[in-house]
This record gives sequence, C-alpha cells and structure tokens, in this order.
Amino acid sequence: MEALKRRYNYLFHSTKGLALVAIALIALETVFFGMLSGPMAELGIRDVWVRLTGMQLDSMEREARIIMLYHTIAMAVVAIEVYFMTGLLKMSERQRANINATITVGYITAMIFGMWFAYFGHNFIMHGLFIFGQSLVFFAGVMLAAALWPWKKEYRLPKELPYAKIGTIDLERLAFFIMSVAMLGSAVYGAVAGANFGNGFELFIAEDAIREPEKTTLELAVIGHLHIMLTLIAVAIMLIVGRWVDFKGRLHTWAMWFAILGTVITTAGVWIIVVYRPIAHIIINVGALPLLTASLLLTIFTWRKLIRVGLARKGIPRDQASFGQKLRAMLHDPLPWGATWQMMYMNAVVTAVGIFMAIKLEDVVRKWPWREERVTLTGHWHILAGIIATIILLYYADLAGVKGKARQWFGWIVIIASDVAFGAVTLFTTKRLYVSASQQQPLVNWTMLLTDIGLFLVLLVLGVFLAWRLIDLFKGEGRWKQELENPELDVIGKEVEV
Amino acid sequence: MMRPTSLFRPLIVAGLLLLFLMAAAGCSAQAAPAGPPPAFDTGIDPNAWAFVPAGEFMMGLHNEEAVVENDFEIMITDVTNEQFAAFLNDALADGSIKMGEEGPVGHYPGDPFDGYKHEEKIEAGDWLLFPANHPDARIRQENGEFVVLPGYENHPATMMTWFGARAYCMYYGWRLPLEVEWEKAARGEDGRAYPWGEEIDETNANYYKSRDPFERPNTPGDTTPVGFYNGKVYDGFQTMNSPSPYGLYDMAGNVWQWMGDDPHKTHLRYLKGGSFMDYAYNLRSWTRNSAGPDYYGIAMGFRCAR
Repeated sequence: MEALKRRYNYLFHSTKGLALVAIALIALETVFFGMLSGPMAELGIRDVWVRLTGMQLDSMEREARIIMLYHTIAMAVVAIEVYFMTGLLKMSERQRANINATITVGYITAMIFGMWFAYFGHNFIMHGLFIFGQSLVFFAGVMLAAALWPWKKEYRLPKELPYAKIGTIDLERLAFFIMSVAMLGSAVYGAVAGANFGNGFELFIAEDAIREPEKTTLELAVIGHLHIMLTLIAVAIMLIVGRWVDFKGRLHTWAMWFAILGTVITTAGVWIIVVYRPIAHIIINVGALPLLTASLLLTIFTWRKLIRVGLARKGIPRDQASFGQKLRAMLHDPLPWGATWQMMYMNAVVTAVGIFMAIKLEDVVRKWPWREERVTLTGHWHILAGIIATIILLYYADLAGVKGKARQWFGWIVIIASDVAFGAVTLFTTKRLYVSASQQQPLVNWTMLLTDIGLFLVLLVLGVFLAWRLIDLFKGEGRWKQELENPELDVIGKEVEV
Repeated sequence: MMRPTSLFRPLIVAGLLLLFLMAAAGCSAQAAPAGPPPAFDTGIDPNAWAFVPAGEFMMGLHNEEAVVENDFEIMITDVTNEQFAAFLNDALADGSIKMGEEGPVGHYPGDPFDGYKHEEKIEAGDWLLFPANHPDARIRQENGEFVVLPGYENHPATMMTWFGARAYCMYYGWRLPLEVEWEKAARGEDGRAYPWGEEIDETNANYYKSRDPFERPNTPGDTTPVGFYNGKVYDGFQTMNSPSPYGLYDMAGNVWQWMGDDPHKTHLRYLKGGSFMDYAYNLRSWTRNSAGPDYYGIAMGFRCAR
C-alpha cells in the first residue's frame, strides 16, 4: 500500500510525474483517435477500429466530435505547461499544490468524459462533466495568474541579478503573468461563444467558414479564440524554454519586452476582431513580429550558450575554437538545441506559409477551390500544434533525465523525424502551387508517406520513452523515486557562466 | 565526456534513414497506366429529369429550415461528356459560342461589383467555357469536331468553367440549380446526411480511395459513369442503389457540381456534392465548396435545372 501511495505521490504530486501522466494520456488519445484519420480510413483500419471499440460516429456530428477532441488535447497541453510553470517559478507550496491538483482533475475529467460523450453515445451527464472539467482548468488558470502576481515583494529581483527587470519587477514573471491573463480572457472569449452555440448545439470548424463573407459576432469570437489560444500556448512554451536554458542578460531583457509587447498587441488584435474587424488583422500581424523576435533572441542566446557549454566540456578555449568545433559544440545536446531550432523551423513551415497566403490571397489562394484552401489552413495550424508538442517532448526528456546515447537518439529522432513530417505536410498542403490535380498523386503519396514515417518515428521514440518510464515505476529504487525526492527542475549548462 | 564520433552518430543515422525512406517513397511514384477505362452501361438515362416540389426542408449541417419557392425539375445525373461535346459542336456550329485561344468562349454579362473585401471582379465579356487543349480534358477537338475520349462517353463532363456549365444549360433553355434547390434535391425533407441516408461506404459513391473499378495506382482516382451506384454489379464490384429521395444519382461523390447562385460579396461560385478526390465526409449534402467562375478542374461537373 505504501509503495502504491509513493508512486501515486510521484505521478500526481510531482511536476515531473504530472507531466509524465499528461504526456502519456495525450499519446494514448492521439493513437486511439488517430485510427479514425484519413490515412487509416484509406487502409480500411478505421472501420475495423470503429467496430472493435463500439464508437458511435453519426455523420452529422463529425465537427462536434473533432472540436471536443481538440479541446481535450489542448487542455492536457495547457496542463503540462502549467506544471512546468509551477515547477519553474517561485510560488508558495500551497499555491503550487492547489493549482496542480485543480488542473489535473480538470483536464482528466474533460478528457475522459468529453471523449465518452463525443464518441460513445450521448449521455448528457458526460457532457456536463466535460464542461465541469474545463471549468476546473480555467479556475486553475485563475489561481496560477494570482500566484504569478509579479508585484509581490518576494518575487522582486535584486538589482545585481542579470535577468530582465523593470526596477525590481521580474519582467519574465510579468511576461508569464500577462500570458496567463491573456489566456484566461481568451478562454472566456471562446467559452461565451461556445455557450451560446451550445444552446442550439450549433458549431462550425473555422476552415469551413473561411470563405463566408459574413460572419456573426460569435463566429468571429470562436475563430479569434482558437487562433489566440494556440498563439498563447506557443508563447508559454517559449517562456518555459527560456527558464530551462536560464535565459538572462541583455538579450533576455529585449526578449521579455518583445514577448510582453507581442502578447498584449496580438491578444488585443484578436479580441477586437468582433467589434472592429478591418484593422484587427493588422494589429495581430504587428503583434506577431515582436513575438517572433523574442523567440529569435532566445534561440541566439541558447545556441551561444550551447557553444560555450560544449567547448568548456571539451576544454577548448572559445577564442581558439574553429567554426567546426563551435558547430559541434552547439549541436552536442539535441534537446535544448532542438527546442529552439523548432521555433526557427516553424518560421519556414508555418509563418512563411501564412505570410504567403495573406499576400497572395486574392491572386492565388482564392483562385483555388475552397477545399484546397481548407487543406492549407488545416495543415498550417496542425503543424504549429505539432511543433509545440515536440518542444514540450524535448524539454520533458531533459526533465526526465534522458542522458548519454539515449538523449542523442531521442533528441535527433524527434527533431529530424518531426521536421521531415512537418516539411512534407507543408508541401502537401501547398501542392497546388507546384502540381495540377491530375498529376498530384505521386506528390501526395510521397508526402503522406514521409508524414506518416516522421510521425510514426516520433510516436515510436515517445512510446519507448514511456515504456521505459512505466518499467521504472515498478522498480523500488527507480528514477521516479529520485525525482520525487529531488523535485527541482534543472537548467541547461548551469556549470558554465555565460 | 561523449566521444566526438559518437556524438553525431544518431543524427547521421537518423538522417540517412529518412533520406533512404524519401528515396524509396520517390521511387514508388510511378506513372499511371494509360488506356481507356473499363466500359460499363449503368442503364441510367442521363436525359431524364426528376421533379422536386416546392416547400420546406432541412438545410445545412444544423438542419435549419429552408424553403424552395417553386417546383422545379433537375437532371437525374450529371451532364455527361457525350452531352457536353454535342453542345459544344452544336453551339459552335450555330454561332452561339465561338473559339478562343484556349477553347470555346461565350459571352457573360458580368457580375455587379460592389468593392467588398476579397470580392472577385467578373466583368462583361467572352469567358472561357472549356479548355479544349488542356491535357486533362476528356473532350478533344479533332478535325474541327469535339469528340470524347473512348470509354468516357457516359462519365460526367469535367473541366468546364462555371461559365461553361451555365452556357450549356442556357443553350437548351435551362439553368444551373440554386444551392437551396440542389440540397433539397439531394437530401429530401428529412435532414439526412447523404442522399440515400445517414451512412456511407464504398458501395454508395465514388470518393477518394473508395476502391471503385476506375481507380488506378498513382492517380487521385477517376470519375465513374453517371448513375454507377444503382445496385448493379460491375465486374464483381457490388454497388448499392443510392439515389436521392427524388431519384437523382451522383448527388454525393464523383464530381463537384457548379451551382447557379452568385454570392454577391465574393462572386465565387458554389460547388456541391464532393468528388472522387475527396474523403467521404466531404460528400455530406451540406458541404460547400467554391471557386472562381473561371476555374476548371478534373473533379468539377454540373447538372441543369428547369
């Protein structure tokens, strides 16, 4: 009994254990419902899976199911980010415990009962519990924002510390706080519209409304909600990675100002879209620029730090190191390098495509059939969500103490395989630029195969990783015990002063 | 400390593995075999019309009440290649349309332009009806006559622009159906998802990877003859009789169908029904596609109403 209790404490009371549970649940959910996807339908696996599991898939309710599925995954991702924040940032133990407990019960309740309602028959108690779970996640967010309050005396920074600050106020904490408040407001923004649609059980997928010239206020609110929530989840992971690599110095100051500015402007742009649509996109684009700059500054800092750490470990003086030695030093640790590389790669497969679509909307995209534009939009945000997921995995692998060759294999496979998949999806979704419909199939086959291989490899290494952690749980003196006894979240290269 | 040689081994091996898989994937992309498609007579008459009464019905994903103001008739199948080629020949012969650089063109009086954001400007003038010289066209011009590629006579005509679809219907004194009319003709009055009911499988309609006898490797699929899904067995391929409540065939799958509406803020024309290039969920009757009226594609066709 005591052994079970200790493992329960690890899985549901420690940051690393909580994140492990959430990652495992997302992985299970992805595999379970991924069986319904297009490629699985082509192979005939979908039909077998539906029969085996007893799913009830009404044709009229496809959009509703998908929306609930996205929400349950998003809730778990937000929970992981919250665990990281409560683990990384100063707050009282009581606050940490309350926030983590509330969000854990919330996302698991939403996930189990939401999916039950969506895929296994409509018992409205299940739907109520789905909403209740999401409400708990929101409430945990309110508690998090309160805990982050940056003006509290004990969270002020001494002047001599090389971190971003205004006076003695911790700018990074302020960035976390503003992101959290923006996320809470944006959640309400979607919830109000959702509640209204929910009264008549009407809903829509944003890609299906893209060419409708007239959208209701509530439709605009839903579209704004999904865009800003994904953006803020990305901002959160950027700030978390910053803590992971102990981001500091002048770049840190600039980056935090950019992050705060970008978060405020982008969120404001999205929020005003319902009342003043014509200028909202301009505001959003203006806000996106400082956010992208903040991620660039973080990347520069991280790569420079990795070079210093790598060279120091080999005993090579920095001023005598060749370019090749610096490059090897930078790549010596794929986890932090990969997390920031993914942020840069995102610009190629998400930002660039988005900018192209915006610039060429009239001349190119709107000449295509709607379904082609829809494919591009769907791929666009799936890639962004996927990139965020890989960054979380890379960070968690570090937290979980993946070292040596396993660290190299895990890191490089996640980076290369996911980037091949994301690149292939980008080619697939923009295929009409390069190939006509009648000639597209080799490209479609090729890109789909690469996507499937890439995602399969990521899921495979994740599966191996999770199996390793599962086996570890059966050991009396396993890694889980060390993590329970030493809950601190380490930073990268702390032995080297940058 | 990790040795330098082992440092990059995972990176190199993972990269090489993916390069190998990419090469393998590229090699598997072979050209589709050429030649005519299998010939099947479905027994469905493409010259037949169905009557659809005026009145209320359930429209859209949320089954909102909608009204069709007047009784109308609609073709029970898409216009076939044979029918469209005959129109091109007749209309060119009597001067109703004329040949342009890319193919036959016809006059269109233009759409009113209101200057909305993203509004397409469709001016009065001669617009391409059908790209006769396009390699994907199933109707080719030989010795001044439009002829259908062998085997495709009873397949739905494709590659016409919205102007081409409109010109065909108008030539015979008909018109393109409005979206509201089309959806009632497809679903009837009971709010069903597909013309035949609530579920879909490969015996009901031609959609992406639905394993019909016309699918070939390394192609996005192909059209099936109009009325193909009528309960017959074709070379061992069993179909279910899948008409709409009013007896229309191919109201889901095969080719998208141009609608007659002119959405005045965009002028992008609606297309309904899904096609052989789309996953099954796109075949639900409320699914809306759209494209500029000058766009043409291998999965776009039409039928007329009157």
